[in-house]
Amino acid sequence: MKKHLSPDPFKNTRATSGCAHMDDQNDPVTMILRLKDVRKTAHNWKTFQSGATPGRIVIPSEVKIRDTRQIPFEVDPPLHGSFRALLDPWFKRPLEADYKAKLSTQIKALVENVLKADKVETVAEFSLCLQSHALTLLLNTDGSEADTWIGWGTHVFRSEHDPLDGNKAALLYDYIDAQIKSAAINPRHDLYSVLLAAQVDGKKLTFDEIKGIMILTFAGGRDTVINAVTNTIAYFAENPESLVRLRNEPEIIGRAIEELIRYFAPLTQMGRVATEDTQVCEHAIAADSRVSLCWASANRDESVFESPDEVILDRKLNPHVSFGFSHHNCLGATHARQIMRILIDTLIEKVSSIDILDCEENIETLGEFSRKVGFHRLNVKFNPR
Amino acid sequence: MAKITFITQDNIPVTVEGESGSVMALAVDNNIAGIDGDCGGVCSCATCHVHVAKDQFSLVGEASEIEKDMLELDDSTDDYSRLCCQIDITDELDGLVLTVAG
Repeated sequence: MKKHLSPDPFKNTRATSGCAHMDDQNDPVTMILRLKDVRKTAHNWKTFQSGATPGRIVIPSEVKIRDTRQIPFEVDPPLHGSFRALLDPWFKRPLEADYKAKLSTQIKALVENVLKADKVETVAEFSLCLQSHALTLLLNTDGSEADTWIGWGTHVFRSEHDPLDGNKAALLYDYIDAQIKSAAINPRHDLYSVLLAAQVDGKKLTFDEIKGIMILTFAGGRDTVINAVTNTIAYFAENPESLVRLRNEPEIIGRAIEELIRYFAPLTQMGRVATEDTQVCEHAIAADSRVSLCWASANRDESVFESPDEVILDRKLNPHVSFGFSHHNCLGATHARQIMRILIDTLIEKVSSIDILDCEENIETLGEFSRKVGFHRLNVKFNPR
Repeated sequence: MAKITFITQDNIPVTVEGESGSVMALAVDNNIAGIDGDCGGVCSCATCHVHVAKDQFSLVGEASEIEKDMLELDDSTDDYSRLCCQIDITDELDGLVLTVAG
């Protein structure tokens, strides 16, 4: 099998049942697999809430490793909307020319650097570096902070043998605590300082609210961006004709980005907690039990997508849910899309081909399913144009 | 060439001209408030929702099933809603009036 491929493990169950069940630390989850059901459930925030116990809507659950509520992600309307009104303009900055120019400088330097090497481990030496440097722009913080974040490794909450490593999570929390305190003493032009000066619904944000926003910004955009970038490199390695096509047809790059993000679905699923006894797709859902919105399955729903298991770079109708759906759509989507745009622009300009040398897949186990979400290791050689 | 008028959420009419491409791209290029077009026009984000003037709806026609599914879960959808990333600019659209959905 080609190494870039991401098989769809949900196909049969999606068609026959529409839902599946998995355990997660004795807090079971009903996985919702069809696109329409995922969308309807995501939209129905009154019955399927995000504002449950902090960490509970994440799968695997983070209830045991954090008490801080991630904001606005773990808040329901109407307060959710007030936080988004504050944050959306900041998180749309990647559309600004100055931001794009700085991101382009970063990514070009990184690509030029890897072109000099005989072997590059994409996850740690490319994707993590790209993601960390780009995050300094999103936070508008000093560029040297990226070195600290790169030093944490590829996962914020995971160590090699523990998917939920409390000690590693504490590293991030302690760092954020120190940054907020520092910005409070000496205000800067970064996101910490903006949040310290901001109000939501006429009230200043508490320390824990600021911390919750910052944790979300760090954690939500880390594995996801790393997976998107690494999978994209693997795709272009095994489909060199696609690089040529995008070079010749730059007008389809926007569609190609959406298609790669649909196909690879960097975040497999996200949970909700039912506020009442209800049902989804004729499956009973008990009050205070968890469901998951399985983005990765919904993106392959054959009742909506033609040839869902193929990457069709110029796919015109592509109602994917890789960035979520409805109120809680991804706050960092503009940043992620800009990263993908500039990455592809740079690869087109500077890279002729990419050779995969060896790799180790990152397989998630989700009840009865095993899903490849990316790579633990992807050694490649970038060849210049 | 088609002149298309967008009525923004502040009730301000803005008339712009386009030759080709999608109506969403025309709106984004002209900074029409309330039309974001986050997904670039593949019917994934629903940030280009407009209400077509009732007597002009036949000019743009019915939405596809996929587009209708997207609109179904938008609280401000009515019988004349469209996602304007799915409307291609043609000469026939000259004079079209679109109200940006709230």
